[in-house]
Amino acid sequence: MIAIIKYNAGNVQSVQYALQRIGVESVVTDDIDTIYNADKVIFPGVGHAQFAMQYLRDKNLDKLIISLQQPVLGICLGLQLLCKHSEEGDTDCLGIFDTPIKLFASPVLKVPQIGWNNIYNYKSTLFDGLADEAFVYTVHSYYAALSEETTAVTDYVLPYSAALQQNNFYAVQFHPEKSGAVGETILKNFIQLP
Amino acid sequence: MLTKRIIPCLDIRDGRTVKGINFENIRDAGDPVELALLYSQQGADELVFLDITATVEKRKTLIELVKRVAANINIPFTVGGGISAVEDVAVLLQHGADKVSINTAAFKNPGLIKELSNRFGSQCIVLAIDTKKEADGEWYVYLNGGRTKTEAKTIDWANQAVALGAGEILLTSMNNDGTKAGFAVDITSLLSNQLSVPVIASGGAGTMQHFKEIFEEGNADAALAASIFHYKEIEIPALKAYLSAEKISIRL
Repeated sequence: MIAIIKYNAGNVQSVQYALQRIGVESVVTDDIDTIYNADKVIFPGVGHAQFAMQYLRDKNLDKLIISLQQPVLGICLGLQLLCKHSEEGDTDCLGIFDTPIKLFASPVLKVPQIGWNNIYNYKSTLFDGLADEAFVYTVHSYYAALSEETTAVTDYVLPYSAALQQNNFYAVQFHPEKSGAVGETILKNFIQLP
Repeated sequence: MLTKRIIPCLDIRDGRTVKGINFENIRDAGDPVELALLYSQQGADELVFLDITATVEKRKTLIELVKRVAANINIPFTVGGGISAVEDVAVLLQHGADKVSINTAAFKNPGLIKELSNRFGSQCIVLAIDTKKEADGEWYVYLNGGRTKTEAKTIDWANQAVALGAGEILLTSMNNDGTKAGFAVDITSLLSNQLSVPVIASGGAGTMQHFKEIFEEGNADAALAASIFHYKEIEIPALKAYLSAEKISIRL
């Protein structure tokens, strides 16, 4: 069973619909045991880092998430919360990734970045079967810097981490659940992880 | 590279797609979910659904539609029409909408923008502005689907809305809407160059060249159109191939 972590962030339902479209059953839950025992866990979300972290702490989901041993996929805010610290609300996050989250600063380009952009320099099985520089849908004002944990890169203002990986923790800044056929391939690759 | 977006808009009344000219003479244009699916398969970058009835008793129909769209299509979509409270937005997002667009209610109560962006994030709050150029050469804000004129200048309202937390501006020129004579390049360019958030240009698309023009000269981040797509006067794959050949950054 795939568990999608339910918390006070938007877009959780969209991930479940996307899994349905590729024929995968899932449950949206904040139940500690269900998440702990799931085959795989998806940690989605859009919203504000500080409010989301507070909610996770209140529900004891913060300790649960960092203890997970099965494959975990963070999406968008999920990726940012898995990092050590976010400039959004000067928030200490879960610390799975050592990568910092910073605010885009550009005199020219618009913030948030909204729309379809390429990913490249794939270094994860999540991206198996994709064409080079595949397009994904992305919406964000904060970004993960490049680091040794980077498994895909996107350019906006500067090159940043479109994806990160550390042991069983996978994370993408973009929205695979809204990225058409490319996103479906990435979700299938995650589902098929051992 | 971040690409320019092509956004088909579906005006919804009683759960059906409809299209009028200059906000009047409404005609039936098909089942919204079927059209949405077709557009997503053809390469549309996003979709917008505007509920033009949006009375309280019709809300349930709209929410059912949002659920069906979210279950069936794999690209982002925005829902608008008659949204006036935080609870309206919560319900739409919860059922799978990626963004909501607000218009009249935000103008009457600008604090709504701040409340929504604080709770849900700026990224899902699209401020829709219906605008008209008057004899004095200025672009003014109109409310209630274009029926009510205000004294507010469009650039001033847009600036205020962005300061309050609007994440995108959906700008519809009433002078151009339904004319198929091209988008309003001047006001789009003014907003796009001055605002820190993306601007979606709407109203007036008639040819593929109009899209090139609004991206290059209007500096729009996205272009929205309805009837030319519904009636297959322009097909999205051909439009995107044309724009790409014209060196506009496009997702193919």
